[in-house]
Amino acid sequence: MRDASVSIANPAPMMTTVRQKLALVVAGVGILLLLVVWAAGRAIAPLPTFGAALILVAAGILLFVREEYLQRPEGIKNNGVWFRSLTARGVWGWLAGVLITGFYVCLYWFPQYLAGLIQLFDPVSQALRGQAADQWFVYGSLYTAAVLLMGIKFAYKYRHNPYQRLRTLSVVFFQLGFAWLIPGLLMRLQQPEIYFTYFWPLSYYQGTPMAYEGYAGSGLGTFFFFFGLAMFFVGTPVLTWFFGKRWYCSWVCGCGGLAETAGDPFRHLSDKRLIAWKVERWLIYSILILVVLMTLLLWANVATGRSMLQGISEPFYKTYSFLIGSAFSGVVGVGFYPILGSRVWCRFGCPMAAWLGIWQKKRSKFRITTNGGQCISCGNCSTFCEMGIDVRAYAQKGQDIVRASCVGCGICSAVCPRGVLRLEGASELAGDRERPFK
Amino acid sequence: MKIVILGNGISGITAARHIRKRSDHAITVISEESDYFFSRTALMYVYMGHMRQQDVQPYENWFWAKNRIELVRAQVQSVDFDAKTLHTSDRRVIPYDRLVLATGSRSNKFGWPGETLNGVHGLYHWQDLEAMERHSAGLQRAVVVGGGLIGIEMAEMFHARHIPVSFLVREKSFWDTVLPPEESQMVNRHLHEHGIDLRLETELKEILPDDKGTCRAVRTHSGEEIACGFVGLTVGVSPNIGFLKNTALETNRGILVNEFLETNQPGVYAIGDCTEMRQARAGRRPIEAVWYTGRMMGELVAQNICGKKTAYDPGIWFNSAKFLDIEYQVYGDIRAKLPENQATVYWEHPGGKKSIRLNYDKASGAIAGFNLMGVRYRHEVCEKWLREGAHIETVLSNLGLANFDPEFSDQYESEVVKVYNRQTGKSLSLRQRRGLPGVLRFLQHLSTSSQR
Ligand SMILES: Cc1cc2nc3c(=O)[nH]c(=O)nc-3n(C[C@H](O)[C@H](O)[C@H](O)COP(=O)(O)OP(=O)(O)OC[C@H]3O[C@@H](n4cnc5c(N)ncnc54)[C@H](O)[C@@H]3O)c2cc1C
Ligand code: SF4
Ligand code: SF4
Repeated sequence: MRDASVSIANPAPMMTTVRQKLALVVAGVGILLLLVVWAAGRAIAPLPTFGAALILVAAGILLFVREEYLQRPEGIKNNGVWFRSLTARGVWGWLAGVLITGFYVCLYWFPQYLAGLIQLFDPVSQALRGQAADQWFVYGSLYTAAVLLMGIKFAYKYRHNPYQRLRTLSVVFFQLGFAWLIPGLLMRLQQPEIYFTYFWPLSYYQGTPMAYEGYAGSGLGTFFFFFGLAMFFVGTPVLTWFFGKRWYCSWVCGCGGLAETAGDPFRHLSDKRLIAWKVERWLIYSILILVVLMTLLLWANVATGRSMLQGISEPFYKTYSFLIGSAFSGVVGVGFYPILGSRVWCRFGCPMAAWLGIWQKKRSKFRITTNGGQCISCGNCSTFCEMGIDVRAYAQKGQDIVRASCVGCGICSAVCPRGVLRLEGASELAGDRERPFK
Repeated sequence: MKIVILGNGISGITAARHIRKRSDHAITVISEESDYFFSRTALMYVYMGHMRQQDVQPYENWFWAKNRIELVRAQVQSVDFDAKTLHTSDRRVIPYDRLVLATGSRSNKFGWPGETLNGVHGLYHWQDLEAMERHSAGLQRAVVVGGGLIGIEMAEMFHARHIPVSFLVREKSFWDTVLPPEESQMVNRHLHEHGIDLRLETELKEILPDDKGTCRAVRTHSGEEIACGFVGLTVGVSPNIGFLKNTALETNRGILVNEFLETNQPGVYAIGDCTEMRQARAGRRPIEAVWYTGRMMGELVAQNICGKKTAYDPGIWFNSAKFLDIEYQVYGDIRAKLPENQATVYWEHPGGKKSIRLNYDKASGAIAGFNLMGVRYRHEVCEKWLREGAHIETVLSNLGLANFDPEFSDQYESEVVKVYNRQTGKSLSLRQRRGLPGVLRFLQHLSTSSQR
C-alpha cells in the first residue's frame, strides 16, 4: 500500500474543536497546579490550592464531556483517537507517560520528593482519617479522584449503553466507598486500614503471616484475613461460574476501575499481535506461581520457627514486592498507560486475573457470542479491546469468544458497527460453543 | 496444481485460506491495490481516526508466508485463456492451472461534465481514501452525490473531521428504494440532527472547475451552485471487469457463472462482487455486491477446486449497515414498498431512533422478514423462523429470543406485540424474553411449532 502510513497519518487533521482544547487547558491548569506544588516541595495555603486544583480539573473534564458528548447525538465517540497526540503515542502521550511514571517512582522509593503534595492533602486526611496525610493517602486520593472524574466522563461517553453506565457506577462506588472512605474511616476509629475489595494474591501482603499477625487483636482484621482467603478459594470459582471474571475485573477491582475510567482514552494502544498473547500467558501464570511460592515459603518459615527459611523467604518477599508489587503493577502498569494501553498489569501481571482467568476459561457460563454471519471484519472490536484480544479473529468465523483474559468490559460489543457481539451466559459450559457458524 | 487468485479482497482471500486448509496446491494471490488484505468495509474508520491501516488488516503479515500463500503486487492487463497465463502491466507472465477471478467492483460514474476533475472521487479502493486525505486539509466543504450506503459513510467521514458536507440524494427520502418509508425518514431526521446538509430530490448536473482543473462547485438540476473543494461520487458500484470484456470469457454486467461458480472457460472460476449468477436463486439478485456473499463464494470455490463439488447457496438474505449512530439489520424479505400479499407490524421508539418491523404473508401468516433500526437481532434465530416459515404469532410470542442487545438494555418486544394486537384485535402476549439459555434450547431442540 505504497506506505500509506505516510499519506493517511495526516499530521494533524482538525479533530479537536476550539472548545475542546479550552476544556483541556482548564483541566491542564488544575494539573499544573498540582505539579507546581510537587516541584516546590511545599504547599502554601493547602486547602484553597487543593480546592482550586480539584475544581479546575473537574470543570475541564465536564466541559470536555459537554462539548464532545452532550452536544452531539449519542453514539460511539472514537473519532480521532489515532490522530491526537495524547492518545496516539505522540509528544503529549509520552509526556503524560513520563509524568505518571515519575510520580510512581517518587511514591514507592523517594517519598521525600512528594512532601508538597502530602502537605496539600493534609486537610482532607485530617477530615477523613483524623490523622496526617502520608504519600499513600495522596496516592489513594488522586487515584479515587481519577476514577470518579474520568468515570463521569466515561459514563457520558457511553450514555446510550446501560451496561457501560451501570458498570461505571459500580467501579466508582467500590473505589470511592471501599478503597477510600471506609479505609479512612476505619483509621479514624483506630481500626486496621482494610481494603475490602483487594484480596490475596493481587494484594500479595494480605495472605502473608505478616498480615495475619498485624491483624492480631482486631476481630475485623482477622475476619478480613479469612474473608480474603474465602474469596480466593470459594468466591472466585462461584462468582466466575455465573458471571465470568468481569464480576471482579471490570465491576469491582480498583486497578480495573482506573483502567476503565482514566485508562479508557488509551485502551486502543494494547498490543494485539499473537506474540503478545504468548508473552501474556508465560508472564501471568509465572507470576501466579511466584506469588503462591512466596506465600507458602513465608508460612513455612513461620512454621519452622523462623530459622532456616528466613534467609530465603524474606529476600524473596522483598524482591517480589519491588519487582512485581511496585515496579510492574504501579510504574509500568499505570505509568505506561499512554504507551502500552490501560490494562498492561491486568493482562500480563496480575495473579488474581490469572486465577480468575483459569476459572473463566474452564468453568464458566460466560462467553461473548457472535451474531451469525454479520461480521464485516472491520476490526473495531479488536482495536478497542483493552486486553489485546483479537476479537475479530473469532467474530469473522462466527465463533464464541472464550478467553481467559477477557475482563468483560463490553467495549467490543459497544463499538461493533454491525451488532455482532454480545456478552452473555448460559448453563452450558462456555467451551461447548466454540464452534464456527457457517 | 498451481492456483492463481486475482484479487486480494474478502472473496479472493477466503478462497486462498480455504484452499490451503483443504490442500497443498500452490497458491498465488495477485492485487494491484495493496500488499496485504484489508477490510474495505473499514475504510471509513481509518479516515475518522478510529483505526490505522494495520488495524484494518485481519491477518498479521507473517500469516501469508506461514500458510504458503504467495502474494504478488501487480496489475493484470489481460488473460490468455488458451495458454492459461496472466499478463501484467510490468510484463510479467503468470501461468495457472486454475484461475479464480475475484476482481471486485469499481465506483460508477455516469458521464457527468467535470467527473474527471481533480478532487472528484468515488470511495472504493484504498487509493480513494488517500485521495480524500490529500484533499481534506483546509477543505471548506465537500459534496457527496448519491444516497446509498457508501454515500452516507462518506458524509459521516467528512462530518467526523468537522468538514461541512452537502449530501445530494436523488430520491424523495434517503435510500427509499430499499428502506421502507418510516426507516428511511428516520435516517433523514438523524442526518439533520447531525447537522449534515441533506438535499433530497437533488440531482447532480455538472461539476465546475477552477482555473487549475480542480473542482470548485457543483451545479444541481435546479441550477443551484454549491461551492466545494471535493466531490464524492457514490452512485453505486459495478463489477470491475473492464480488462476481461471482449475476451473468450462470457460476461454480462458481471462475469457469468453457474451454481458451481464456474465461468464458461475451463478451470476458471469467478467469485465475489465481480460475478453475475446465470440463474439467481429465488428471491436473490444475480449480482450481490456485499461482504458476506463474497466470503461464502470464496469458501465454496475452495471446495469446488479441491474436489468437493457443491452448489452455491447463500441461504436467506441478511445485511447490516450503520447510518451514523443508528445501526441497521435486515433478515429476509423487506421491500421499500410493502407487497400486496404482505402485512407489516411496525413499532418505533418514541425517541425516533429505534424501530422493529416484521413483515408476514397475509394469507398464510408466514414470517417474511425483519427490519431493525437501533436494535440488534440474532441472526440464527431470525433465520430459523424464516427458513421454517414460522407463523407471525409464533414469532411474536417468542420474539424476545431474537433480541441481541447488550445486557440491561430495554426490551421492546412486548411493544411490538401490542402493535400487532392493536392492528388485529387479538390478545397475544410475549412469552420469551431475551437470553441465551432460551436461544440455545430453541436452536438445538425444540421446533418452532412445539413452542407455540
Ligand atoms: C466503503 C465501503 C463500505 C462497504 N461496507 C459494506 C458493508 O458494511 N457490508 C457489506 O456487506 N459490504 C460492504 N461493502 C461492500 C464490500 O466491501 C464488497 O462487497 C467486498 O469488499 C467485495 O469483495 P471482493 O473480494 O469481491 O472484491 P474487492 O474487495 O474489490 O477485491 C478485489 C481486488 O482485486 C483487485 N483487482 C481487480 N482487478 C485487478 C487486476 N486486473 N489486476 C490486479 N488486481 C486487480 C482490486 O484492486 C481489489 O484489490 C462496502 C464497500 C465499500 C467500498
Ligand atoms: S473481549 Fe470485549 S469484553 Fe472482553 S476485554 Fe476485550 S473488549 Fe472487553
Ligand atoms: S467490530 Fe463487529 S463487524 Fe467489526 S470485526 Fe468486530 S465483530 Fe466484526
